[in-house]
Amino acid sequence: MDNSVIEQVVEAVLAELSRSEGVTVPEAPEIHEPEERDITSEAERAAVLVKNPVDAEAIARMKKYTNARVGVGRAGTRYNTQTLITLRADHAAARDAVFMDIDRELLDGIGLFAVESRCTTKDEFLTRPDLGRQLSDESVSVILEKCVKKPDIQIFAADGLSSTAIKANLPDLLPSLLDGLKNRSGISVGTPFFVKNGRVGLMDQVSELLEARVTCVLIGERPGLATAESMSAYIAYEARVGMEESRRTVISNIHRLGVPAVEAGAYLAGLLCSILKAKASGVGFRRDTGNEG
Amino acid sequence: MTLKSTLLGRTYTFSSVKEVLAKANEQKSGDVLAGLAAESELERVAAKEALSRMTLNTLRENPAVPYEEDEVTRINQDALNETVYNGIKNWTVADFREWILDCDTEEKDLLRVSAGLTAEMIAAVTKLMSNLDLVYAASKMRVPARCNTTIGLPGTLSARLQPNHTTDNVDGITASVLEGLTYGCGDALIGLNPVNDAVSSVTEVLKRLDDIKNNYGIPTQICVLAHITTQIEAVRQGAPADLIFQSVAGSEKGNRAFGFSRETVIEAHELLRKHGTSAGPNVLYFETGQGSELSSESHHGSDQVTMEARCYAFCREFSPFLVNTVVGFIGPEYLYDSRQVVRAGLEDHFMGKLSGLPMGCDCCYTNHMMADQNDLENLSLLLASAGVNYIISVPASDDVMLNYQSNAYHDITAIRAALNLRPIREFELWLEKMGITENGRLSKHAGDPSFLLGKKA
Repeated sequence: MDNSVIEQVVEAVLAELSRSEGVTVPEAPEIHEPEERDITSEAERAAVLVKNPVDAEAIARMKKYTNARVGVGRAGTRYNTQTLITLRADHAAARDAVFMDIDRELLDGIGLFAVESRCTTKDEFLTRPDLGRQLSDESVSVILEKCVKKPDIQIFAADGLSSTAIKANLPDLLPSLLDGLKNRSGISVGTPFFVKNGRVGLMDQVSELLEARVTCVLIGERPGLATAESMSAYIAYEARVGMEESRRTVISNIHRLGVPAVEAGAYLAGLLCSILKAKASGVGFRRDTGNEG
Repeated sequence: MTLKSTLLGRTYTFSSVKEVLAKANEQKSGDVLAGLAAESELERVAAKEALSRMTLNTLRENPAVPYEEDEVTRINQDALNETVYNGIKNWTVADFREWILDCDTEEKDLLRVSAGLTAEMIAAVTKLMSNLDLVYAASKMRVPARCNTTIGLPGTLSARLQPNHTTDNVDGITASVLEGLTYGCGDALIGLNPVNDAVSSVTEVLKRLDDIKNNYGIPTQICVLAHITTQIEAVRQGAPADLIFQSVAGSEKGNRAFGFSRETVIEAHELLRKHGTSAGPNVLYFETGQGSELSSESHHGSDQVTMEARCYAFCREFSPFLVNTVVGFIGPEYLYDSRQVVRAGLEDHFMGKLSGLPMGCDCCYTNHMMADQNDLENLSLLLASAGVNYIISVPASDDVMLNYQSNAYHDITAIRAALNLRPIREFELWLEKMGITENGRLSKHAGDPSFLLGKKA
């Protein structure tokens, strides 16, 4: 078979293929200069990524009603690449929030000394919640040595499941909270500190150790994809090891898109004083005083 | 009864059936946390060896929680088909495993034997199965169920559309529902986990979901997964509900921690029979997940696979329409990494089916687990191969309310295409009629939620 015969066959096949349905060769896209962008910015998140929608404005409105990831478009049955990488970025931020430690400089800057729970690694922290609720023996000595005893209000911070939340909120929240308490006469405030690898329940031991009346822990929440910066405050009146969880009052969702840190600090100052006055927290506080818990 | 075994010349002795069951588990961080796990890999295998020679009647006579103390045990034992049980009670767990895997053992045989099994027998055989054993054995069984539509028929993969919202805003929920419908999701259920458990709020969402269902003529069912007592009250006050939901545990104490008992479920069932909006007969929806008993200290010293099997024994008493394990939701202290989550997902699906339940799965993970979206995609493909009735789907995998990741709407169509599966027939016809699919493939309008605005059934 010579070349011309082969060429004829190839031509015939190509002609046949082009007639048959479903064979399309994509046009080469125009080449764009790479633009400066951050796909995790608010503007990019608000963008409608559906190709040729019936009503783009309607989709933009839908996106205002929810922070769920709607109007994200698709590549065949899968994500388009922008959505795929945005999801990876948000997950990476959440992972870093869980696994990265707080810098010493940040704690020094707001005047906190650091102690630790009984967990020696992040891995142990994640799998042994019981150890994350207890201070190490050395930490107990340090706290007893450095802290004022029998305060009306004892405040401390813990990384919990998001060190990012502490970094993002504590430097603004703590001064605002302490300022708010300074102006109240007759209320003594204990020495604040930071606990690495700490869980909420650790506040019960702190309360017993320092004989505090009201104890408040500021702690990083388990990060979602929407934000890794969310912090909570758990508060209890005369917290004791083994007490019911329902005795804790919780203020959650402290972050720049929820309750901003400075505002949260001022609010917490008032709340701590109300709990001190009511001598109750959690379910008891709500029921007895009609106050919001 | 022999509670010992010898491996590599060393003899391992166990003090109870419970200990053999626990130590025979594949590794789970929750069993370690509970202090029940095998202390070495060899001890784990030694427990499997001891378990393989245990007879099914030994397992029946040693329930995880005593009959007198626990309503889940009583439900399981009292409902057993004694004729079936008498035929298999002298089998060892090894005999049972090999019978399940035998090429001549078919769906009808498995579902017949199911009636004579206690949760402890089902858990025991699961502990001797490899991952592929679990996929293969589950793929032999299909358990369909009927509410407004029938799900679970061979060749189908359905999806629950989960349009959760941070404040239960009905317009925001609607946006997520429309988006999901245009990806072919929602044939199992359109079901919301509410933030607010108040009757008025739950009713408002139910009415919106009912409006969407009726407006577009969608062949599906709706549900708001509030606490069972809230849903009961909402239906009493006239809210539309096709199904009533509750999370369940494997012990009476665990269910009490969830705030309900058998009586509550019976009440919900009766109420829907009289005032529900669905055709039935299957009108209940249950969710489970390994580790929930330990987290409420209601595990009675038993491992999490055994307690999970007991959830299914409870569920089957009420002939539900949907049952799914929320497999990776509970966190790394119970299921540490993707390996443990994948294993648990396959175990739960198999155990549920062998209990005669129409099983689904929420393939999911939290951000403090050693798992990511790739792992979740793997698990959903494995379960689809094993013939799971349905999986959960959310917008772009991100549940903004529960703060975890599940399958994306996008995943449902991709899995169906890759494994040659389809939505249930009624829903498939609806997708074609609306123009979301054309000849079974996504149309150019798929993924465009604005396409459905202004359309009618």
